[in-house]
Amino acid sequence: MIAMEHYIILSTLLFAIGMYGVIIRKNLLMLFFATEIMLNAVNVALAAISNYYGDLTGQMFAFFIVAIAASEVAIGLGLLIIWFKRHGSIDLDTLKSMKG
Amino acid sequence: MIELIAFYTFAFLTIASFMVVVTSKNALYSMSALASGMILISGLFFLLNADFLGVVQLIVYTGAVIALYAFAMIFFDTTKDIKESKSSKMIFLLSAFSSILLVLIMTMPMASGEVSALYPVHQGVGNAQDVGMVLFTKYLIPFEVAAVMLLVAMIGGIIMAGKKMDANINEMKEELEK
Repeated sequence: MIAMEHYIILSTLLFAIGMYGVIIRKNLLMLFFATEIMLNAVNVALAAISNYYGDLTGQMFAFFIVAIAASEVAIGLGLLIIWFKRHGSIDLDTLKSMKG
Repeated sequence: MIELIAFYTFAFLTIASFMVVVTSKNALYSMSALASGMILISGLFFLLNADFLGVVQLIVYTGAVIALYAFAMIFFDTTKDIKESKSSKMIFLLSAFSSILLVLIMTMPMASGEVSALYPVHQGVGNAQDVGMVLFTKYLIPFEVAAVMLLVAMIGGIIMAGKKMDANINEMKEELEK
């Protein structure tokens, strides 16, 4: 039997990878990929806690996270396609239209 | 024993494929690695007795989300390499710090020891049946709201991606300059 801590540590590592990707990437599509990794990492932690406490609430939250991720992708990619059509690039640097 | 082997196999492969996602310079490699990582994570869900969640992960993530990304890549130029910003020590420290913070937040209730199951798993009942019972009795309103949210997202995605689908990119640029 694997201890719950193993799953929590795995989830931490995956979340760190996703966070690292969000910070270093300049391409917006790659930023979306990194966001998906972070959402998946949290899902693993929720499922692990749900299993080890015999509680279904964690799995319920994981389902809603999946639903939110699906709608985020639909809206985000729609906006990204509009941006690409207008500016010809999905670099994060081209988004600097509001210079402070 | 077999559980241990399965866990470590899935864990290392997931970490490896997600590392490819965040470090690869090619968007197509990145997307393929993301798809494989999602499938491996569903293996972890099956190990955790969350059968229904594993199936949802397979269908929604590797089926719908990755297919959506693949379709969106038709619009973008994915053949050229992606430029990245410079990474520093600070970034590693920041991401590690935030991850540890998340873990602390999630484990704090367990450390207090006052955790009791709100909706306990029933013995002798399949996971899908159990999930269905809880989802349609205790979480019915969030479920309906999520359904409306998905509908809104679908309509929004169609309108945004389908707008001026036949228009030339250069014509749109000229229109913007006016």
